[in-house]
Amino acid sequence: MISMTELSKKHVSPESAARLKKRKSAQKRLQMLGIMAITISGLALVTLLWSVFGKATGAITESYIEMTIELDADEIDRDNIRAANFSGMAKSMLKDSFPYVSGRTPRRQMYDLISVGAAFELRDMVMENPSLVGQTITFEFLASDIADLYLKHSYGQIEAAPHTGDISLVTEGKVTTIQSSAPDFAPLLVSVRAGLHAKAEGLRTQAQMQENGRVVFDQRAADGEDVEVNLAEAIRRGAARDQFYAQADELDALAAQQGAVFDLDSRTASVFVRVGDSWIKLETISETSGSGEILGEFTQDSYAAADWELMVYATPETARKVSDIQAMLLENLRDADKIVTHFNTHFFTAGDSREPELAGVWGAAVGSFWTMMVTVIFAFFIGVPAAIYLEEFAGDSRATRFVEVNINNLAAVPSIVFGLLGLSVFIGFFGMHRSSPIVGGIVLGIMTLPVIIIAARAAIKAVPPSIRDGAMALGASDLQVSMHHVLPLSMPGILTGTILGMARALGETAPLIMIGMVAFIVDIPDGPTDNATVLPVQIFRWADFPERAFEARTAAAIVVLLLFLFVMNFAAIILRKRFERRW
Amino acid sequence: MTFLTALSIVALAVLFYNFSRIRAISAANGVQANLHSRPSYHGLYSFLWVFLVGVTALIIGSILTPHPMVLFGVVAGLSAAVGIWTTRGITAETRARNKAERIVTGILWACAGVAVLTTIGIILSLVFETYNFFESLGWRVDKFLFGTRWSPLSGLQDGVMDPDRVGILPLMVGTLMITAIAMIIAAPIGLLAAIYLSEFASQRVRGWVKPMLEVLAGIPTVVYGFFAAITVAPLLRETGDLFGLKIASESALAAGIVIGIMIIPSISSLADDVINSVPQSLRDGSLALGATKAETIRQVVIPAALPGIFSAMLLGVSRAIGETMIVVMAAGQGANLTANPFEAVTTITVQIVMLITGDTDASTAAGPAFSLAFTLFCVTLVLNIVAMRVVRKYREAYD
Amino acid sequence: MTNVKISNRHVDVYYGDNHAIKDVSIDILDKTVTAFIGPSGCGKSTFLRCLNRMNDTISSCRITGDILMDGEDIYAKSVDPVQLRARVGMVFQKPNPFPKSIYDNVAYGPKIHGLVDNKTDLDEVVELSLKRAAIWKEVKDRLNESGTSLSGGQQQRLCIARAIATAPEVLLMDEPASALDPIATAQIEELIDELRHQYSVVIVTHSMQQAARVSQKTAFFHMGDMVEYGDTTEIFTNPVDQRTQDYITGRFG
Ligand SMILES: Nc1ncnc2c1ncn2[C@@H]1O[C@H](COP(=O)(O)OP(=O)(O)OP(=O)(O)O)[C@@H](O)[C@H]1O
Ligand SMILES: [Mg+2]
Repeated sequence: MISMTELSKKHVSPESAARLKKRKSAQKRLQMLGIMAITISGLALVTLLWSVFGKATGAITESYIEMTIELDADEIDRDNIRAANFSGMAKSMLKDSFPYVSGRTPRRQMYDLISVGAAFELRDMVMENPSLVGQTITFEFLASDIADLYLKHSYGQIEAAPHTGDISLVTEGKVTTIQSSAPDFAPLLVSVRAGLHAKAEGLRTQAQMQENGRVVFDQRAADGEDVEVNLAEAIRRGAARDQFYAQADELDALAAQQGAVFDLDSRTASVFVRVGDSWIKLETISETSGSGEILGEFTQDSYAAADWELMVYATPETARKVSDIQAMLLENLRDADKIVTHFNTHFFTAGDSREPELAGVWGAAVGSFWTMMVTVIFAFFIGVPAAIYLEEFAGDSRATRFVEVNINNLAAVPSIVFGLLGLSVFIGFFGMHRSSPIVGGIVLGIMTLPVIIIAARAAIKAVPPSIRDGAMALGASDLQVSMHHVLPLSMPGILTGTILGMARALGETAPLIMIGMVAFIVDIPDGPTDNATVLPVQIFRWADFPERAFEARTAAAIVVLLLFLFVMNFAAIILRKRFERRW
Repeated sequence: MTFLTALSIVALAVLFYNFSRIRAISAANGVQANLHSRPSYHGLYSFLWVFLVGVTALIIGSILTPHPMVLFGVVAGLSAAVGIWTTRGITAETRARNKAERIVTGILWACAGVAVLTTIGIILSLVFETYNFFESLGWRVDKFLFGTRWSPLSGLQDGVMDPDRVGILPLMVGTLMITAIAMIIAAPIGLLAAIYLSEFASQRVRGWVKPMLEVLAGIPTVVYGFFAAITVAPLLRETGDLFGLKIASESALAAGIVIGIMIIPSISSLADDVINSVPQSLRDGSLALGATKAETIRQVVIPAALPGIFSAMLLGVSRAIGETMIVVMAAGQGANLTANPFEAVTTITVQIVMLITGDTDASTAAGPAFSLAFTLFCVTLVLNIVAMRVVRKYREAYD
Repeated sequence: MTNVKISNRHVDVYYGDNHAIKDVSIDILDKTVTAFIGPSGCGKSTFLRCLNRMNDTISSCRITGDILMDGEDIYAKSVDPVQLRARVGMVFQKPNPFPKSIYDNVAYGPKIHGLVDNKTDLDEVVELSLKRAAIWKEVKDRLNESGTSLSGGQQQRLCIARAIATAPEVLLMDEPASALDPIATAQIEELIDELRHQYSVVIVTHSMQQAARVSQKTAFFHMGDMVEYGDTTEIFTNPVDQRTQDYITGRFG
């Protein structure tokens, strides 16, 4: 028999105190877990914003190359400026400015430094001001994405290496040999070799990965599962493996070159000797000397023996988009103060483009605007009456409950399904045309409808019965009560819900992809029936482009989208605060 | 021209509004009290009729696409005719107010019907294509549901697909794997956050954390997709390299984690709601027995809120299953039947996107795409209905 | 000879600006049933909740004055409310069974406090508690059913069983019989009478008869003041204060 009085004594026993301590620490643990959960969510948010904003900084500015160009009256017909070959003129300007760049490939690489859009901008300027024809002007040519990224250090940098010796030059035919009085190239030999070995190791790891894959697919084929497909895949992986091994062996062989002279090529770091504006790209180096072709103009007497620089581009040429020639020219231009950076106006004023430096979000922003207009008109003018009906007129019948369940379910249907609805009804059945804001807007409107109905009903429900009763007592009909008394009072709540619904629609992507709003559209849409794209779809497309420069622009477009969302949410909060009423 | 026609409808409607009003006033011999309804109701009645008939005619006309001038003529003519009809027999006794109100109520009713119409539209369009697709497969629905190979376009012959290549099992596995990863992240974090917020956090902490979660909830999925592809996937790959794990750059893991992050706020806010709706008296009962807060939460609050928490989880699962952009951007597109979360997998939504945006002729791709969408719709619908049932039962228990 | 179990000196309670208890001093005796009576909203529950620090859970609530249990200040820093509440049990106005089985409801307290360390003892405590709360007969065959499936009166007795099972030294009961039929009420009153031999019991009640039947001491509260405190027989037969007299004669309520 248990005595309760005995049990009571346990509450004040030392065991109980010890137990309490444990129980308290269990409490602390739960609390810690909660704090951790919140911290993790916070960290996720910060990481997301940090990575987006961090990447977006790369698109804040754009680079221009300032050059003088002669607008030769012979080349430009004053009456038909549009027909003139401005891009040809720009090219010959470059050719004249850098006469020492010769050969097809180097020339083409040089032309690639300025954007294809630069010539059009020059043309537009001349068309606006025809008196320029015949003059020589200074013009800021928009740099290409590659040049821009190099200038922003996105591809690494050419950097000066230490040296102590004086140099002397001996030119034999095209090849110039530099002899330094000190072993200035010795450290480079070491680092170049190390770089090659490291690269070879990387290739071997990749080869190993291919081999692992091959084994898996081989096994699957052996198990009789989709034999021909798996076998083909296994063979493909095997070939890739062999290729990686071969490349690795080649690099190792390159690194293992014996003898005094070491051959550099596009798989090793690039090494240059620079004197003033002129460069020698070294093709071979030894501890005290190097040799290569001169790029620029300098002769035995045009330099002081001690006045030279040893330059290294550690990233091999094959591993970067910018070539040695381009890097050298850009370094020269930068040193001559010919590189100008401006706020990236293209990004904010242009439509889409395949050239990153010409691509902008304005087209998508305007497209989003038209789409949202259609959405809001559709969702608001159907959603609010629907809410009034359900809240004020529909009794608690089975039909009403069916409609309610319907609306709640619609709110949870995956957005992609709405896209398919739009595809089959508006595109398929009504034959409306793809990528127009009107179709996109209606699809998003249908999607937003449940959100607005739910918000509007809540707002209407919040109007106290006293107001309704008061109006009724004055002899107003049901409809008059709803329209003249209840609706105006619930409007702030309805608007808040509408704005929040719009904010969600603004970020929606999948349904628009379904209805084909992913076309490449350069022009800025003038109305809801023009071809258009929208911000989130633009982001989706850019994220898929291989050009490195699009990464920053995608991030910047996200920042723009987030900014719009922020403004909308902020407006909703203000609206709620201002009209918050305590009845 | 369409715009002009629309404008003419509005103009006619306004015209007849005034016309009816004036007629009503004259019918009352200038004494308003004689009228059953005020003049503006007579106006409204005409306005509504003209407007509705005009707009209906315009919509039907736009679908039939006759010559613009013909359309204009017919629409304007019809509107005017209706207008004249409404203004003809106006007397002081005409019950214009009741009639007008009935029309307005009808319009409100029709608007509420749009929601039902949408559901019907979704079901019809999905069922229609799915039916055709299954028919073309010779009704081998079993192959569709349980087949282990998904590459519908590779087995295409004369527009008919090979039933052996339309098995959605690999897609199901991919979808479930990503959903599972997402829930492993979101369920504990969302629930613990909700518990902390509702039971421990001070007003000030709530004031900071709630908006933070709202921001997390408001970020568009395409942004999460970018984040997954550009930041999370490379991070995972590098971390994997450190530990000798090979994580593909497009892996189920990256997509799953990011979807998990995305649904944390919805789970935590739903769970927060249900935890808050557990009556205080239960907490008091436990505390009064000398239980600590943690014991009260674990042994009383959570069991009491369990149905609600369960349905919050179901809604989270439903969102993860239907998520499109994140997986499209981060999870890869090859239909591998794999249980390895480090490899690329594909999901139902990804395949829908690929089929619809692919190069294949739209009518061919529609079959499998809509069938997938129908499957998706059914799965999420069931999840939602179950979740809503459970929540309603739960609310009834405590009201 | 009975001695003081809980001694209250100059206790004031505020809910924000609402001064709910005004300078109350009262000694609750050990092995005695004390009844709190008074009109609705006079602060009976509030004062009761001070005795086991349940008011700590209400953020707007502020308490001043001294409350000593066995000579120890229960609001001292060194006292943990969790431990205090194990010693001062409470039964609420409205029954609040946990959404668990009947057995688990009663076993909840002994389990968390580690009062017993084997299943047989636990079974015994549960049975004993249910018996003393006069509900054993009704539930002995359905111990695994949910506590919420019981009727209101049964739920209240379950809550009493739950409180007893924790083996408190003081039992606070806030209108425990308000949801009970006369038979169950009689059983509860019997229980209270029995508990008196071991514990100190404080009961809030609106029923004068009940107070007269079960309590030895009675305190009358009115608008936050403790108007009168004394032997129950004394209070009911010979009240000092006019307000007390008015109340027990039913002139206001
Ligand atoms: N949680 C609370 N927050 C704020 N004020 C409270 C709270 N609980 C009680 N009060 C106030 O304290 C005063 C006393 O309330 P209390 O519940 O103690 O009355 P009571 O005597 O128990 O009444 P009843 O017999 O109706 O239960 C009342 O004015 C009440 O409004
Ligand atoms: Mg009370």
